[in-house]
Amino acid sequence: MTTLPVSRRTILAGAAIAGALTQVRQAAAETKEVLTPAVATELTDLPRVKVKLVDPPFVHEHEQVATGGPKIVEFEMEIIEKKIKLDDSGAEYWASTFNGTVPGPLMVVHEGDYVELTLINPASNELMHNIDFHSSTGALGGGGLTQVNPGEKTILRWKATKPGVFVYHCAPPGMVAWHVVSGMNGAIMVLPRDGLKGREGEAVKYDKVYYIGEQDFYVPRDEAGNWKTYDSPGESYEDVVAVMKTLTPTHVVFNGAVGALTGDNAMTAKVGETVAFVHSQANRDTRPHLIGGHGNYVWATGKFNNPPEVGLETWFIPGGTAGLMVYTFEQPGIYAYVNHNLIEAFELGAAGHVMVEGDWNDDLMTQVLAPSAI
Amino acid sequence: MPSIATLLAGAGLSALAFSLWPVTTTPVAMTQESGPGPQVVRLDPAPFLHRLDGDWQREGRPVDAPVEMVTIPAPVEIMATPVSTGEYLLCVQAGACAAPSGPVDLAELPVTGVSWLDARAYAAWFSTETGESWRLPSDAEWAQAAGSLFRDDGLGIEDDPTNPATRWIAEYRQESALNRERDREIRPVGSLNVNELGVHDIGGAVWEWTSTCLRRIETDASGAILRESDSCGIYIAEGLHRAAIIEFVREPKSGGCSVGVPPDNLGFRLVRDLPETPGGAGGA
Repeated sequence: MTTLPVSRRTILAGAAIAGALTQVRQAAAETKEVLTPAVATELTDLPRVKVKLVDPPFVHEHEQVATGGPKIVEFEMEIIEKKIKLDDSGAEYWASTFNGTVPGPLMVVHEGDYVELTLINPASNELMHNIDFHSSTGALGGGGLTQVNPGEKTILRWKATKPGVFVYHCAPPGMVAWHVVSGMNGAIMVLPRDGLKGREGEAVKYDKVYYIGEQDFYVPRDEAGNWKTYDSPGESYEDVVAVMKTLTPTHVVFNGAVGALTGDNAMTAKVGETVAFVHSQANRDTRPHLIGGHGNYVWATGKFNNPPEVGLETWFIPGGTAGLMVYTFEQPGIYAYVNHNLIEAFELGAAGHVMVEGDWNDDLMTQVLAPSAI
Repeated sequence: MPSIATLLAGAGLSALAFSLWPVTTTPVAMTQESGPGPQVVRLDPAPFLHRLDGDWQREGRPVDAPVEMVTIPAPVEIMATPVSTGEYLLCVQAGACAAPSGPVDLAELPVTGVSWLDARAYAAWFSTETGESWRLPSDAEWAQAAGSLFRDDGLGIEDDPTNPATRWIAEYRQESALNRERDREIRPVGSLNVNELGVHDIGGAVWEWTSTCLRRIETDASGAILRESDSCGIYIAEGLHRAAIIEFVREPKSGGCSVGVPPDNLGFRLVRDLPETPGGAGGA
């Protein structure tokens, strides 16, 4: 493995990171200035609820139909830079994460609620980070108000005015793409206060919800073709950007690693259960497909003021978007939930499984003749 | 369940070895280290209980293959370790074998990234080099050599005739369990493990090709065979579980397969035919 003989301190002072540090100083000044009027906003009458986020593919408990009026929903996320294992072939990557996972946790609120996020960048990190909520309005999605250096925290409040599932991601100026493809993205679901509705206004409810964050990774290789490893994110920066510029990912995975949603970690359901699948891709287009099932209700571009499409086979989620699919399982078995670019699914990793238990429906499918000689 | 992975792994879905089914190992064996050739272990025909290879259907539904007493047809000597990278590269240098797709920088590692066709080419070259008759082992020969390290494929579940998913889910759970304990490091030949016969390196990160074609066996309710068909072109690879792989495949693993756990790596070892000893008899 080729690694540069430099310390973390050297890296911090290095050219790659100097830009980020400079931006932090600018951001600090900017933040104080802009935050002043926000503090004066009167929201003292609104109830506050504190939500404990959970790791994907699971989603924190939430109401589908809101009871009561708008609330201030408090979230806290710690940014963690960590080396993660992408597959069994030795590919490792310095991920930047919201809350320690790729993707970051799914947040759920209702339209009209206020999201109040405490974002913590521990001193043990190397890089400056921030957060851009596609669902928020202003200041580059909040990115301009949330740039935190290692050892700093910030609190951002924004009003959820647009119902839908939305991507959030880190967006430090000059390094947006690198942070996003280093796993620093997640999604938020802003539900209509009276819940999801179909084309005829019928209620669309789900028994459980899974959050699938699709991530493209660009892992450098050495001259012999072996994966390169690094001692810090900064040290990997230039090599990773060179691979990024090929626009050819080495991995396209769900939830941070090949196989993260298979085997012991497969999603589960029962025949008759309705499952909502939130799927985000912060960088690249994707085309989810449930092998052996369908998309009963699909908001491919994820925005609930638009009627859902129904009965789909495959749906297209543009890069930088989250989508929602709702399906009621009708047959037992092992389903594969894939990006139906099958090269990405089966060669690069974008496949998960759903293990569904229940009774088989012969009317829907019957093996009339088992495979046998002609 | 039809899938892309199934195409590659063939019957790999149903070929899952993971249980503690007792395999009685009564064959006589001895280690020979004479001469410059590879270290071998002699296998003599002697009946042993074996979960048969192949995809079995009872009344049109997939079931575990039966466990039967089998006997290899004739004595053979099997390599005590898989063919190493160094050994295989001699064949490549001689122009008789294609380069493997696995690592080539460590001679003592078992060769990996070889297709069934590659393995067969090596056997032909090695036979010419030595003037002996070397070939891939059959499923039964490999199983006898693996001895107590052979892993049973049986799911051991009660099938539900009304619900094919019962078996799919049981298979999936077993594959998940297998995956949990999987050792993915390729270790130098002879260093992974050794069984009571002196055979090394059974069931690690390398699956080994056999000469056994994938076969489909249809039985009636009593288990009597109604029909059997072979798919030569798809061969059984032995390891932690049996997998059926198309003959030209060198890299069985894919990132995130649809269903089924593919082998990690493909390698092989060979057997040498010996004159049949008087009294040795029977056939699998």
